[in-house]
Amino acid sequence: MINFLKYKKVYALISGLIIGIGLLSVIMYGYSVSIDFTGGTNIEYGFDKAIEKKRIEKVVKAQNIKTSRLEIVDSKKLNLKTAPLDEKKEQAFRNTLEGELDSKATVLKLETVGPTLGKETITKTLVASIVATIGILLYLTFSFHKSSFGIAAVLAMFHDLLVLFGTYSLLSHFFGAELDTLFVTAILTTMSFSVHDTIVVFDKIREYKRKDFSSSFDEIANKALSETMVRSLNNSLTIVLMLVSLALLGGEVIRFFVITLLIGTISGTYSSPFVAVPLLSWLEKRSK
Amino acid sequence: MKKIRFSTIAFVLLFVVVLLIDMPQSIPLKFEMFGKKHDFTIKRQPLQFTLFGKTIKKDFATQLGLDLKGGSHLVFEAKMDKIPTQDRAEALEATRNTIERRVNLFGVSEPSVQTLRQGDKYRIAIDLPGLSNINEAIQLIGSTAQLDFRLEASTSAQEATTTPVFMRMTKKTGLTGKHIKKSIIQFDDAGKPSVGLEFNSEGAKRFENITRENIGKPVGIFLDEFPLSIPTVQQVIVGGSAVITGEFSIDEAKQLSIAINSGALPVSITLVEQRTIGPSLGAEQIEKSIFAGVVGLLAVMAFMILFYRRLGIIASVALVIYGALSLAIIKTIPVVLTLPGVAGFILSIGMAVDSNILIFERIKEERRKGKEISSAIRVGFGRAIDAIKDANITTLLVSFILFNPLNWSFFPQFGLVRGFALTLAIGVITSLFTGVVITKRLIEAFYKK
Repeated sequence: MINFLKYKKVYALISGLIIGIGLLSVIMYGYSVSIDFTGGTNIEYGFDKAIEKKRIEKVVKAQNIKTSRLEIVDSKKLNLKTAPLDEKKEQAFRNTLEGELDSKATVLKLETVGPTLGKETITKTLVASIVATIGILLYLTFSFHKSSFGIAAVLAMFHDLLVLFGTYSLLSHFFGAELDTLFVTAILTTMSFSVHDTIVVFDKIREYKRKDFSSSFDEIANKALSETMVRSLNNSLTIVLMLVSLALLGGEVIRFFVITLLIGTISGTYSSPFVAVPLLSWLEKRSK
Repeated sequence: MKKIRFSTIAFVLLFVVVLLIDMPQSIPLKFEMFGKKHDFTIKRQPLQFTLFGKTIKKDFATQLGLDLKGGSHLVFEAKMDKIPTQDRAEALEATRNTIERRVNLFGVSEPSVQTLRQGDKYRIAIDLPGLSNINEAIQLIGSTAQLDFRLEASTSAQEATTTPVFMRMTKKTGLTGKHIKKSIIQFDDAGKPSVGLEFNSEGAKRFENITRENIGKPVGIFLDEFPLSIPTVQQVIVGGSAVITGEFSIDEAKQLSIAINSGALPVSITLVEQRTIGPSLGAEQIEKSIFAGVVGLLAVMAFMILFYRRLGIIASVALVIYGALSLAIIKTIPVVLTLPGVAGFILSIGMAVDSNILIFERIKEERRKGKEISSAIRVGFGRAIDAIKDANITTLLVSFILFNPLNWSFFPQFGLVRGFALTLAIGVITSLFTGVVITKRLIEAFYKK
C-alpha cells in the first residue's frame, strides 16, 4: 500500500501550477472565438494554381470586406474569416477574386452564422452545462447516499474544466484553436469522463468503508487508491491511445476537438486520485 | 451442456446478421479459377417487410452527414410579427411545404426540410446534399417574389395611346401569389414552353370573375412590379387554371415557375445560418479518420495483449465484436454519421475496453484472495458490473443533454454535436452489452481451461 494522501501538497502544487498558467493565458491572450458564437463567415476556397496574398488583400479591401483572418494554406487554398457575408456579397467577392487571380475558385467550405444565432448558442450551451452538473451532482448524492462524495466529485470535475479552459486559451493563442461548439462538446464529454473515473475510485472507498470500521478514512482511501491505480491508468491509456492516433492521423477539422478531449481525459484521470480523494478526505474530516 | 450449445448457436446467428449488415452494399469479386475468369458482385438485398400494417424498409446503408459527403445546411428564420400567435405554427408549416416543393426542383437526392421552433423563434432548416451552386438555391428559396394580377386603370383615350400598356395596368385585382396552389412548366404543340398556374378554390373564383368582367381587355400578370405577360381575355375561364405565355427559353420558364412558387410563401424568411462543405473535403476527412481509427484500435489491442496476455486476447476479440455490433446498430437505426460522430465512435472503442479492464482487474483481485477460477469469474463479474453501470450512467446523461432527443429549445440543437452524442451513447450501451454478455462467454469458453 502506498500512502498517496501524504503528498496532498504536491498534488495541490501541480494542479495550481497548471491551472494558474492556463488562467494567466486566459487573462493575457483570451480566446479567438469561432463564428458559432459571434456570428460571421468562414470561407475556404480552393484554386487551381498558387495564389498571392497581396492580390487577395487588394480585393478584400476593394469589396470592403472585414476580415479577421486571411490565410493561404498549401499555396492553393484560401482560408478567410469575415463579418457575416450574405450570398450575393460572397458571390461578388468570389467572382472578383477569380478575375484578379485568373484562377477558378472552388468552394471547399462556406459557413455563415447570423449574430443573433451566436448569442443564442452561448446561452443554450451554458444551460446545458449547468443542467449536466446538477444532474451529475444529484446522481452521485443518490448513488453514494452522502453529499460529500458528490461534492468532491463535482469539485474535481471543476478542476478538470479549469484545466481545459486554461490550456485551450494557450492552444488558441499559439496554434489558432477557436472556441466553438465542438469545444463545448469536448467540455461536456470531459465532465462525464471525469466523474466516470472518479466513481470507480469512490466505489472502492465505499466498499471498504462498509467492511472496515477500525481504520481511519485516509487509510481506507489509500488502500482503495492502491487497488484502483493500475486499473484507472489502464482505462485512460486505451482512450489516450485512440485519441492520440486520431489527433495525429485524423483530419484537421476535428484536430483541436480531439486534443481537447485528450487533455480532458488526462486531467480527468489525474484528478480522480489526486484531487477528488484528497477533497473527500478533507470533507469527511470536517464533518466529524 | 445443452444450454451452452443453444447459446452458442444464438451467438453465431447474431454474428452472421451483424456481418451481413456491416458489409458494404455490394462487393465486386473478380478472380480466376480453373482457367476461367469470374466476375461477380455480391449484393445485399434491402430488407422489406410489413409489421402491424406498416411497411418497414431498411437498406442498411451508411448514412453520411453533410460534413462528410458535402452539401449545404441552411437555416432560415421566418418573420412572424405580422401573423397572429395562434396561426404561426401553421404558417411555418405552410412555408416549409412551399420550400420543400421548391427544393425538390433542384434535383438533389434526399433533401430535408425541417421546421425548428425555438421559443419565439420560428426557423426552417434545410439540408441539401451534394448541391454545387448553393447561392442560386438560397436566392430561390429566400426570394419572396409577389405575383399579382392587374387590370387596366380607367384612363382617358388620350393617355391610352401614348403610354405603354404595362404602365396603364395599375388596378390591382386582389388576386395574388397566395391564391396559387402551384405553378408548372408546360409545352404547347410546337414545343414552346409556357408556365401554367393552378389556383386554389378562392383564386379560381376570383379569376373566373375577373375574366368574366374583362372580356376583350388585357389582364396583366406581374411579378414584383415587373410585367410577365399581359394577355387579352378571350373568354370566361372556369376551373382555376391559367397560362403565362411569352418568349421564354426552357430555363427561363423553369426559373419563372420556381419564382411563382416562391411568391406563394406565406411569410418572409431570412437566412441566418449557412454551412456548405465541398465534397472533396469530406472524403479526405473520412479516409483519415478511418485510418486513425484502425491504427488506434491496433494500438489498444497490442497494449491489452502485452498487459493482460490471454485475457488481453479475449478483450481484443470482444473489442472487434463490439466494433462490428455498434456499426451494425448505427447502420440499422440509421444514424447519420458526421465527423464528430465518427470521433465519438472511435472514442467509444477506447471506452469499451474500459469495462473489460474493470472486469479483468476484479477477477485478478478475487484470484489473489485465493478463490478458484470459476468463482473468481462469477464474483469478479458481479462486482465489476456495479461499477461499470454507475460510471456509464453519467456518460449517458451527458449524451442525452447533447443529443437533446425531445428538441427542448433551451438546450443546444447543433447537428454536429448531436451526431457525436448519439454515437457515444450507442457506444456506451453496446459496450455494456459486450462487456456483460460477450466477454463473459468468451472468458468461460477460453480462460477456464
